[in-house]
Parts: sequence; C-alpha cells; structure tokens
Amino acid sequence: MSAIYHPPSSSAFYRLASENGLSRLILIGAYTLTTLEQHLPTLTAEFSAYAQKKELYWDLTEIEQIDTTGVVLLWQAWNKKRPEYLILRPDQENIFKRVNKLPALPKPTRHDLWWPLTALGSRALLLWTHLTGLIILIGQLLLDIKYLATHPTRIPWREISANLYRTGAQALGITALVGFLIGIVLSYLSSQQLQMFGADIFIVNILGISIIRELGPMLAAILVAGRSGSSMTAQLGVMRVTQELDALTVMGIPHSQRLVLPKVIGLGIAMPLLVIWTSAIALLGGMLAAQLQLGLSYQYFISALPNVVPIANLWLGLGKGIVCGMTIALIACHFGLRIKPNTESLGAGTTSSVVTAITVVIIIDALFAIVFSDVGLM
Amino acid sequence: MTLIGDDQNTQYNNVQDCIIEVKGLHTQFGENVVHQDLNLCVHNGEVLALVGGSGSGKTTLLRQMLGLETPVHGTVKVFGCSRFDCDYNLLKSIRIRSGVLFQSGALFSALSVYDNVAFPLRELHSLNESMIRDLVMLKLAMVAIDTKHANKMPADLSGGMIKRVALARALALDPELLFLDEPTAGLDPELSESFVELILTLRTEMKFTIIMVTHDLSTLSTLSDRIAVLADQHVVAIGNLKEVCDHQHPFIQSFFKAAHSQTKLAKIVRR
Repeated sequence: MSAIYHPPSSSAFYRLASENGLSRLILIGAYTLTTLEQHLPTLTAEFSAYAQKKELYWDLTEIEQIDTTGVVLLWQAWNKKRPEYLILRPDQENIFKRVNKLPALPKPTRHDLWWPLTALGSRALLLWTHLTGLIILIGQLLLDIKYLATHPTRIPWREISANLYRTGAQALGITALVGFLIGIVLSYLSSQQLQMFGADIFIVNILGISIIRELGPMLAAILVAGRSGSSMTAQLGVMRVTQELDALTVMGIPHSQRLVLPKVIGLGIAMPLLVIWTSAIALLGGMLAAQLQLGLSYQYFISALPNVVPIANLWLGLGKGIVCGMTIALIACHFGLRIKPNTESLGAGTTSSVVTAITVVIIIDALFAIVFSDVGLM
Repeated sequence: MTLIGDDQNTQYNNVQDCIIEVKGLHTQFGENVVHQDLNLCVHNGEVLALVGGSGSGKTTLLRQMLGLETPVHGTVKVFGCSRFDCDYNLLKSIRIRSGVLFQSGALFSALSVYDNVAFPLRELHSLNESMIRDLVMLKLAMVAIDTKHANKMPADLSGGMIKRVALARALALDPELLFLDEPTAGLDPELSESFVELILTLRTEMKFTIIMVTHDLSTLSTLSDRIAVLADQHVVAIGNLKEVCDHQHPFIQSFFKAAHSQTKLAKIVRR
C-alpha cells in the first residue's frame, strides 16, 4: 500500500533556517513510529549534534503529527531537558509536559549475598512441602474412600470409567508399538549371544523373565507417566486457570473426591491391564525374532514359557502395575493442584510432574527388586 | 486533525474515508448463521461502538477485523486492504498500526508489567533500550499505573490494573486504530468511569480511531461518536446515540429500555 509514506532520508524531517542572525531548526513532516522507524539511529545522532548548540531555536509548529515515539526521540536527543528556545503548538504542550515528569524505572530487587544458601534452603523446603502435600493428599483420599464406602451412591463411576478409557484403552496403540519393537530388539540381540554358546533354547527364559518381570511393567509405566500423567497435570492446571476448581469448591464438591480419586482408581485398574498387554505384545515380538534368528518354532516357545517362568513373575508385574499406576496418578494430581493461574506455572508444573513420576516409577521398580529378590526366580 | 484527516483521505480515497470497510460479510459456524450480508464502514478518527445481544456476532466481527477469523464470504478491509490477500510486509504494518485491548487483558503472564508493555516495542528491533524504557514509562504514566508496579507480574495485579496495563500495551506502538473488547466489563462503576475518562483524554492527545464492543450504557454514551447495532445477522441501525435510540427495532427498544431504567436509578439516587 502506498499509504505509508517513507521519507527517503533523514533530512526530510527537518530544515535549517536562519533569519536575523538566529538559526532555527524547523521540524517538518510526521513524527510517528511508522515514518521514523527506518531513520531512528541517524535522526538521534543528528538531533543530538544540534542539541549541543545552545542558541538554536527548535521550531515544532510545522510538525504534522507527533506521537510518543517522536517525543521520546527528541527528548533523548535533548538529553532529557527542554532546550533553551523551544516553539511548540498548544496541542503539543500536553505530551511534552508528560514526558517532562517521567518517573525513573524502579530498580529490580537485588539478590542478597546469601543466595546460594537460601536457594538450597528453599529447595529443601520445597521438597518438604511436596512430601507433606502428597501425604495429605493420600490421607484425604483414604478419608474419601471411607466416606464413599458408606455412601455408595456417591461413587463417581462415570469419571472412573472415563479415566479408564482415556488412560487405558487409548494407550493400547502406543504401548503395543513400543513393546513390540523392544521385544524384537531384545530377542534379536540375545539370540545372537546365545547362538555363540549353542544355548538357543534359553531365549525363552531370558525373554520370559525379563519382559514379564521387568520390561513390560516398566515400559508401560514410563509411557503412561509421560502420556497420561502430563495430561492429568495439565488438565487440573487449566481447570485452575479457568477457575473451574473454584467453581467445584463453591458447589461443595471436594476436588479429591471428584477429580483425584477417579484418576487414581482409574489408572490403578488400567495400569495392570496395560502391563499384561505390553508384556504380551513384547513377547510376541520376541517370539517372532527368535523364530527368524534361531528358527525356534512358535509352538515350542509358547509351550516352554510356563515351564521356565514361574507364575509369581506375572503377579509381580501386575503388582508393580497397580502401584505404579496409582502413584503416577497421585503425583500428576498433586502437581496439577499446585499449579498457579499463569502459563509459566502450568509449563513448570507439567514438567516436574512427568519427571517426578518417571523417577518415582523407577525407584518403585528398584524397591520391588529388593523386596521380592527371592520370589519367582528359579 | 483536519489537516491530517484530509491527508489520510487522499490516501484512502478509494474507500471514502473508511479506515475499516466490511462488505457483504457472511459468517457461519456449522448451521448457525452469525452474519448475513453485513456492511459496515468505520470512519477515520471516530469512536464506533458495536452493540448487540449475546450471540449477535459482535466479538466475531471484531475478531474478523483483527484477522483472527476468516469470513466465509465478503471482505473485511483494514486501511484499505484485506488481511487475507496482501503481502507480509503490508500485513505487518497493519498490525503495527493497530492496537487491541482484549476483554480479559491477555497480558503475557510470564512477563512483568514493564516487559509486557516493552514487548511490542522490542519486537520492532529498531528502538534502542533507553528509548524503549522512556516509551514504556510514558505509556504506564498515561494509563495511571504507578512506577512501583512496573516490576510486578500480571498475576499480582487487580482486575482494573490488568485492564490499564493491557491498554498501555495496546498503545505501545502509538496505533492509529484501537480495538477495545468490552473495555469496562468487570470494573466497578467508579473504575469504569475513570477508565472511560482515561480513554477520552488519550483520544485528545493521540488521535486515534476506536472500535469497541460494549454493553455498558454509560461507556456507550460518553465515549462513542456512532453506534452500530447488530441484530438479525446484520447492522440494523447505525448513527449517534439519539438516532439509534429513535429506531423502532425491537432489540434496540428493549436495550435502551434498560438504559431508561438506569437513568431512573440515577434519579432515585439523586433524590
């Protein structure tokens, strides 16, 4: 559009006139951001040079239009005080008056010298508040369960089933894909090693124990922590931002009962099912790779599996699933409810929720390994 | 103003003084027709208020003027060109020349008050930091925000202050065109009156065109030059307060009946 007129050079903004031995700098044209933008550096330099001359008359009456950018440009060139001789139109007076009493920007509060210590202390305190917060949340949930046991009509079935669908059924695809690929890779690498010793048939033992006891539950838990944990935290966080949580509170519906409990129960049910699913698909992938690499028949693999893997391993995997599922939901809800109504907090809350959930899932796995070290291994 | 106005007239001569021109606009959400053959012209330098019942498409129209939504049929021209068929540089210059005050402020919650107002200025990449500082402080002074609030975060501000900081941000680039979406919604009468006063004073100082959506009758009467009433999917009446009041459309009658009861309230209070 030709509507925006860009003066070809900075000299289009003023002209110098001298009459009766008085030199006058007449500013012309539009002093607005759109017109000035291209010429700001040159104009600042030129005006600063003119401002050095004390006896120069500044004539602003011929300016067509001046906005705050133009005013600030002149003000900076004049070194933040009016020049001795300044000719203004009455309507320009107002804006120059404003810039005259411009307050200084308050200094941001400085860090004190003890900041490493205080930062460490606040970290420790934060950890403490998270711990107590989680314990309070668990206690609240237990109280809710007690209440619901006596008021069974109040059990939030719909929410539980919605969570079961969202965290369980909708996660089937991704857990299957990851499980299948891990199964193939594990089987392929192990069978290469086993072939060297001629211990081909032990592939069933390796895959059976490692997948059913460790990999299946862990893969499912880590995927669910990333997938459902983050969405739960973000959902609660957005509900805080849009004041939906406050609306629930004033209706007398406790958050823990309607939002947290269904998620914890839902994921507590969905997780062991996902564990079975992931383990089964991973074993399928392993079986496929074993057949291709070692020529081990499917019939042999399936018939040998129950003999070499004690059933306790399956129960262990399911147990891990239940514990991990409930923990992930708890952590996600804990962080979600702590989100403050701003975008920064939403992002930070979701990140720490997922990181914490994955870390805790791995810690739980380690604890299971220690506690059940003599269970299910021949 | 006349001098500049005339100057700009010649620039927009093809649209006859329309800074925003809406022609044959048709908007539809699913089965729901919001606008049908809607025509509107916003004159240069005026304050135009958009009025209408809820669901009449005021905010949608505003969003289409801002280029946030694409109309199904028809054109919305701002500064004489449509947002959807002009090149990038032109679009950028349109965006720089218009400021928006969103209904709930839409301040960036990750940035402080100062940085919020400085953000559009910094994005130009042509102003130095000391100029930006002076401009921001000037804008904050204009909207009567004390300097001690400059380093606060939006979450620590009250509703009225959020509106004023948002206005300061909308004014940051000295726009010629200002969009106000419910400028006084959620403010108490005293605050909303001072907000209207503020916009009035700024208008005399900075000379811009304002398009606003409002339900508040006192804002409507004190601030607007013309009122456009949206009903039945198009503009049923446009003109100054008196002309619009005299219109016989049922929506206008009931809308200003409420106004009538408000003056009644004023009478009671006076008594």
